Amino acid sequence: MNIFNILSDLEKIDADVHERLAFTSRRNMLGKLGKTAAAIAIPSLLASSFNKAYAVTPGAIDVLNFALTLEYLENDFYLMGNAAAGLIPAADKPIFAQIGKHETQHVAFLLAALGTKAVTKPAFDFTAKGAFGDVFTNYKTFAVVSHALEDTGVRAYKGQAGNLMAAEDKLILEYALQIHSVEARHASVVRRLLNTSGFVPNLKGWITLNQDSPAAVYAGEENLTQGGVNLKGLAGKSDEAISEAFDEPLTKDAVLAIAKLFIK
Amino acid sequence: MNKSNIGGPKDGHPQESVANRRNFLKTASMTSVVGVLAIAGCKKDDVVTPGVTVDLGKDDVGILNYAYALEQLEAAFYIQVIATPYAGMTDGEKTMLTEIRDHEVIHRDFFKAALAANAIGNLEVNFSSIDFTSRASVLGAAKVFEDTGVTAYNGAGKLIKDVNYLLLAGKIVSVEARHAAAIRDLLQPKSAFFAGDDVVSTNNGFDAAAKPADILAAVQPFLKTQISGANLPTA
Repeated sequence: MNIFNILSDLEKIDADVHERLAFTSRRNMLGKLGKTAAAIAIPSLLASSFNKAYAVTPGAIDVLNFALTLEYLENDFYLMGNAAAGLIPAADKPIFAQIGKHETQHVAFLLAALGTKAVTKPAFDFTAKGAFGDVFTNYKTFAVVSHALEDTGVRAYKGQAGNLMAAEDKLILEYALQIHSVEARHASVVRRLLNTSGFVPNLKGWITLNQDSPAAVYAGEENLTQGGVNLKGLAGKSDEAISEAFDEPLTKDAVLAIAKLFIK
Repeated sequence: MNKSNIGGPKDGHPQESVANRRNFLKTASMTSVVGVLAIAGCKKDDVVTPGVTVDLGKDDVGILNYAYALEQLEAAFYIQVIATPYAGMTDGEKTMLTEIRDHEVIHRDFFKAALAANAIGNLEVNFSSIDFTSRASVLGAAKVFEDTGVTAYNGAGKLIKDVNYLLLAGKIVSVEARHAAAIRDLLQPKSAFFAGDDVVSTNNGFDAAAKPADILAAVQPFLKTQISGANLPTA
């Protein structure tokens, strides 16, 4: 279980943690962790009967179907890319295999959660009507499309979190956040790979202003205003750093406009 | 906290959440979160008195202070990393770690400004267990701090009542996840480790989420200041 790993890693760093934590609080913590583990185990156990078990709102169904459409897109993209002979260099295969594995799991979760309310999978055109004609034969094109899909996914989930705040949608909100951060991990590693491969020099794991393309995917990332306040000059840091420190959401319409490029 | 219920979950109608959200965005253009937060609460000194337990507070302010505490910890860690670079730190690593330091300092100062008079004081850290001369120790600790940050924000999301604060948490958590993947990429390049099976569930491809009580217990050894989340929301 992931939370156990993180906490045991913390303990590895701090070998004295057992001594430092009072015995009683330690026992208490372990008791709480037992419950956490149970909560983490729920998704796979309950997924098949999710729809019956949780009276999610109609708004949440819409959000989940929106997410499913994006996950269908990502999953098919990696299924095809990972299967394309000679596309991904052997050294990079573990990265895209891991990403593909997660996208397959996200689709499976959303299908189970939505049950009969799930939208059907659209037919995709990953060349985007020719804009990325060599997407499954040219590694650079593949990696560029990959990072665009991942960064779009991050922005899409972020933009929908606020629509999952009804009391009966809270569990779905947490699951959506747990997928959201995985998409960000994917985006980060592919962005770094684009740099180290020499495809997009100086690209970082994080998004600097709106300095990336396709432009529609990065529009608005240059925002410096958070919580209604312009942070320009905060802590003496550059505009670049401030924009990198906050990822920006995209509206459903903006995301669908991007996704539609890949739908037949 | 006259604004803490904006976009709240009381109604259960997502249409209303959307409407509230639009309303907030309009409101936000006229009134800053910083300004609103600054109105309420009592003045606190910046420095925490030794031996005193810091109470993060309740409701959304408590969650924001919880995030502020974690960002203080991360910022202090990376400031030390850059001040005393480990043996053999490459230029590329120094550039990347400096960028992460800057992001964490920005997060820290953002929360401090946003919370204003409601902000907890400056926490005292305890990094005695980290060997800042060792690459493995520093990057290992960085990995844990970033993964912990992701896990903490993921678990705190459902506890937030104000839709605008939820969005802010979302804007920050994905940057923490980008950091986590980048640090992991340094530790085990060209592998699945960036989103490894040790941290992302092999059942469903989910990142971790944990409640504040568990996170606070886990990070307390890195803080000299005792923190209490006893008044934080739990549901």
